[in-house]
Amino acid sequence: MAELPFWAECLITFFLILGGSFALIGSLGLARLPDFMTRLHAPTKNTTLGVGGVVLASITYFSASSGVSLHELLIACFLFLTAPISAHLLAKAALHLELKTISATQDLRSHPGPFSSAENPEISTESADNESTQEIKSSNQN
Amino acid sequence: MLTFAMQAAFLLFSIALLLNVWRLVKGPSTPDRILALDTIYINSLALLLLLGIWHSSTFYFEAALLIAMLGFIGTVVAAKFLLRGDIIE
Repeated sequence: MAELPFWAECLITFFLILGGSFALIGSLGLARLPDFMTRLHAPTKNTTLGVGGVVLASITYFSASSGVSLHELLIACFLFLTAPISAHLLAKAALHLELKTISATQDLRSHPGPFSSAENPEISTESADNESTQEIKSSNQN
Repeated sequence: MLTFAMQAAFLLFSIALLLNVWRLVKGPSTPDRILALDTIYINSLALLLLLGIWHSSTFYFEAALLIAMLGFIGTVVAAKFLLRGDIIE
């Protein structure tokens, strides 16, 4: 590593520790949370922010050592654009597979929340239809 | 100070990678494993950027950009396969 002025070292240290902490917290959430829907939250937000911290540290380092360099921003922009898309597709896949959830994770398709039932009565009737079909299914199983 | 911060960042990202590998091995369902792989490629990309700072070399950015693009495509394709049973319909 090259010799840098003191303010640049302070800034790079701050960004590195920030990014590393964010990445560690995101991976800890991925390992510890009880449910896929809760597990989806931790890495998709925190790990992206961790990479953002490392990218800012890299931009500061190369700008302080040799001229302005901004091409690391490409990686940060790409990750910030693509992380929500992959999280959305994974959530759709999990809904399709109907994974096991903890009781605090509510499925709004079968239990419509206060907003949907108050404002859209159609949704509540649809859910009633779903419940009746579920009852039919369960009776068939019995 | 910068050397200490770099070593601390390497340590933090390595622990994060180990936790991701644990979830990849344990993960009860397939979306869990895809999510763990997604997090693994993002963390390894950050490790490549850290290696670029450590060696004062800009050659690692192209590799990091390639990993970002291919990892995103892999995640999307795997999720799409789970969702539809087919990739290109």
